[in-house]
Amino acid sequence: MSAASTVNPPVIFTQDELGWVSWIDPLPEAELTERHFAGLVDRSRAKSEYFRLLVRDPEVLEARTKTDKDIFYNTADGLPRAERELAAAATSRYNGCIYCASVHARFASTYSKRRDDVQRLLDEGIKADLGERWNAVVKASVALAATPIAFGPDNIDELRRAGLDDAEIVDVINGASFFNWANRLMLSLGEPTK
Amino acid sequence: MSTTDIIDTLAGIEPGSALDAIRARRLQARDNAQKSYLSLFEPLDAGEVSLAVRAAVAVFVAGLHGESPVSAFYRAKLAANADGAALVEAIEAEIARGNTSGPYGAFPAGPLSIENKAGLIYRVSADRKPVLGARLVAALEHAHLLVFRPRDAASADIKVLLAAGWSDTGIVTLSQLVAFLSFQLRVVAGLRSLGASLGRPASAAANA
Repeated sequence: MSAASTVNPPVIFTQDELGWVSWIDPLPEAELTERHFAGLVDRSRAKSEYFRLLVRDPEVLEARTKTDKDIFYNTADGLPRAERELAAAATSRYNGCIYCASVHARFASTYSKRRDDVQRLLDEGIKADLGERWNAVVKASVALAATPIAFGPDNIDELRRAGLDDAEIVDVINGASFFNWANRLMLSLGEPTK
Repeated sequence: MSTTDIIDTLAGIEPGSALDAIRARRLQARDNAQKSYLSLFEPLDAGEVSLAVRAAVAVFVAGLHGESPVSAFYRAKLAANADGAALVEAIEAEIARGNTSGPYGAFPAGPLSIENKAGLIYRVSADRKPVLGARLVAALEHAHLLVFRPRDAASADIKVLLAAGWSDTGIVTLSQLVAFLSFQLRVVAGLRSLGASLGRPASAAANA
């Protein structure tokens, strides 16, 4: 909690690299056991305050991390990585997670080479006109993020008209849904800092 | 321990179906969404967050998203718990009181303030606090915050949980529980919609 006094919170959505400060003490690196390292999946994640916080419940963290990696990094088939990241960024923009949006907007820019369009999503919000295919992905992600969930047949028709097949639509559903998980952890357990 | 994939079951995905084959291409995600469910609802060691409290929070979170196969599933799970059955009625009444639409809440003061959206700040009814208990009351109020207005969450909300008897590790588990359910509910809803659309030509639907 003491670190909170040094936080310089961003007040706009950005593609800049941000830090994140936990409101609850993460486990000290020196206290991590093999059970914790199994939860972290990658040992290097022991350097991250966020993951050392979540590793307080290691079994959940391990399963969550492996879910995340397959949804976003398994690009042997299905939706291009850029559009999975777009779904993550749009969800984060709509829910209001400035930290998550910064990370996944950067990835969307890197993989799509459409940095200006990604920036317009951050600046103008979820109504920004990004072309038929990206608009369909953003709209589907936003409909999924709403509570009650607003995703339905119209979103599916729109994604199909934009050229997505059923496997790619499942990648949109997985990617957008996963960020409803990630956003809530990032927003409620700590805060971003510039 | 259940071996049936819970998302497939709730989404109505039959073995051998087209969606089953698509789901099989993300096998690690499918298996680990299942492991996430099991580690939250059938943990090796429930620690300080009892199975009844976990199921009660799940009924509340799923119910706030509206009636669905997911909400029915968690309601049955709570009703089947020896310590949970007595809570079902109270949780159902609180779902009705907490019903609203999200996400809403405030952004950090600055250019985004124009997007601030006010909404219900939910608190458990005083009448039901004795039956639910202080820890579950705090958990439900926190769950409502995370479901509908996650961008409002602040360090003060952590202090409220600590004051109600939650530990640091218990708060991580509670947060994962609500956040995981937010994912599971959406995957199920999305796959159900997609499943329902199969066999219906997009062009016909577009002209409808």
